[in-house]
Amino acid sequence: MPDVLVLVDHDGEHVYKSTYELLAAARRLGDPAAVVVGTPGTAGRFKESLARHGATSVYAAESGEAGEFLATPTVDALELAVRDASPAAVLVCATTDGREAAGRLAARLDAGLLIDAVDLDSSGVVTQIVFGGSYTVRSEVTHGTPVLALRPGAVEPEEHPVTAVERTLALPSVDPAASARITARRTGLAGDRPALNEATVVVSGGRGVGGAQGFEVVEELADALGGAVGASRAAVDAGYYPHQFQVGQTGKSVSPQLYIALGISGAIQHLAGMQTSKTIVAVNKDPEAPIFGLADCGVVGDLFAVAPQLTEGVAARRAVR
Amino acid sequence: MNIVVLVKQVPDTGAERTLSQTDHTLDREDADLVLDEINERAAEAALILKETTDAHITVVSMGPDSAREAIRKVLAMGADRGIHICDDRLRGADVLTTAKVLAAAVRTVEDVDLVLAGNTTTDGQASAVPAIVAELLGLPQLTHVRQLTVDAGQVSAERETDNGEATLQAPLPALVSITEKINEPRYPSFKGIMAAKKKPVHTPDLDDLFPDADDSGLLVTRTRVVEAVPRPPRAAGIRITDDGSAGRHLVEYLIARKLV
Ligand SMILES: Cc1cc2nc3c(=O)[nH]c(=O)nc-3n(C[C@H](O)[C@H](O)[C@H](O)COP(=O)(O)OP(=O)(O)OC[C@H]3O[C@@H](n4cnc5c(N)ncnc54)[C@H](O)[C@@H]3O)c2cc1C
Ligand SMILES: Nc1ncnc2c1ncn2[C@@H]1O[C@H](COP(=O)(O)O)[C@@H](O)[C@H]1O
Repeated sequence: MPDVLVLVDHDGEHVYKSTYELLAAARRLGDPAAVVVGTPGTAGRFKESLARHGATSVYAAESGEAGEFLATPTVDALELAVRDASPAAVLVCATTDGREAAGRLAARLDAGLLIDAVDLDSSGVVTQIVFGGSYTVRSEVTHGTPVLALRPGAVEPEEHPVTAVERTLALPSVDPAASARITARRTGLAGDRPALNEATVVVSGGRGVGGAQGFEVVEELADALGGAVGASRAAVDAGYYPHQFQVGQTGKSVSPQLYIALGISGAIQHLAGMQTSKTIVAVNKDPEAPIFGLADCGVVGDLFAVAPQLTEGVAARRAVR
Repeated sequence: MNIVVLVKQVPDTGAERTLSQTDHTLDREDADLVLDEINERAAEAALILKETTDAHITVVSMGPDSAREAIRKVLAMGADRGIHICDDRLRGADVLTTAKVLAAAVRTVEDVDLVLAGNTTTDGQASAVPAIVAELLGLPQLTHVRQLTVDAGQVSAERETDNGEATLQAPLPALVSITEKINEPRYPSFKGIMAAKKKPVHTPDLDDLFPDADDSGLLVTRTRVVEAVPRPPRAAGIRITDDGSAGRHLVEYLIARKLV
């Protein structure tokens, strides 16, 4: 079986769930080989959990500089791993960083690139949902080593314990004239909540929430459901909630099991980011709001009355179990 | 300072978009085409720099004839000249070919200090073209930035992504992609619109941009669409009007669907 490279998405301490999703998808094409880019020691910490999810080899691309420069160390590592493994494909998460790394790698390999796939079959054909959910497109790479970016949350992670061989990649030193230095980092403000694109439940608030303070109602419902908080662009633009939580065409695309829209009208650009959710619930005062056109369960009412009651009911249910 | 701004013309997002039945590319015939909203902001970022340094701004766009409108709009906002790469062979070009063409066009501009782009387009949503252009030109990439400072040959920028925020620094020349949060774009003035009509727009020949391409020509795409099917619109489900107990009904609904 050929190797299939998987770029490990992590924060230095933890491997993100989306990496396990990639490993599960990679097994459809061959033997997953995980590529860890980080400071020395990172791959060793991750090896066991990667092997538990099917990684038959773990490439360690480690250097003190790896985290200090944007994009290039990751692309260097992937390129080295491709030269070493001649893989059937390279899989990365379709996050902001992942898309950029995938693009740059494809340029170095002059290879076909498919971004934001929601599925991958054993012949390497990829499924994408385009134009805000209006078309399903199946595509394949016809030139070079396929570089595929998979949307987080699209594939179920699976445990598949194997023994992993560790391999080392010697990262070249970074050229400071061709790479941007990261001088400070502030990680997500999500706190204890799951990341938007990893959450199985997303509760989003729109302009109808009325203010930053009103978002407490949204957060409380999200916390009761163990979900992430999202926001419409109108809510973000009005300063109710930070930009990184924006859902929609120019924000994040999410496909959770449950999406709850509170005080969101359902503009086409918002729908673009959430209409592939499994179940959609909407609460809106306006019975004509377009969001009702695709909600599986629509409640015409005041979110400040409905959401707290729902939060209370969910919390009570959780307490009983 | 020499600034290049990469802009794309996209179908108006308010309108419905369809894929052509014959070759699965975007049906542009009946779509309303506009300069991508985020690119207006990239142009604004360049114009703000022009106010404080004596910058010369070149607008570059790859696209069909109509893309000239997008270039004209940025010229009307205050940019100095345009480069329009328009060739039938580029129809359906993939992300990589698009980036190669743009990089080749940037190389025709002398002594470029800064390449500005949008962080994503509202149609393709690859969010990868700027990073690839940086790769091809060997420039540092400062992408997805909501704040930008250029001073003494250095760029610093605030990057904002799903991973959180980061402060980036690099020497010029560099490539920067901006997010919709960076600024509010100006409207072209009447004077600007009139002046734009006289500003030069070059249309380089594709074969001149790629003199070394072999006989088979430029590779336009490295992928193939196997199948494209319209997705059935989602149907509306049940509807409740709140009489004071809708929240409790919702709890029942979620329990019935095993969502709590
Ligand atoms: C290029 C482009 C990109 C865009 N990208 C995005 C994007 O990524 N994401 C995005 O979301 N938008 C995006 N938009 C904006 C989009 O068009 C809408 O303007 C936006 O989604 C509207 O947000 P909203 O539904 O919160 O606000 P509104 O449309 O103002 O709707 C607020 C809703 O709240 C309801 N409401 C008010 N009070 C209450 C209450 N107490 N209880 C219940 N309901 C109440 C109202 O009935 C109304 O329906 C984009 C637009 C453009 C042009
Ligand atoms: N055909 C094009 N012509 C000029 N610039 C482009 C083109 N395609 C993409 N870009 C630039 O790349 C940015 C991101 O595009 P994308 O990677 O396609 O989401 C855009 O905002 C533009 O600045």
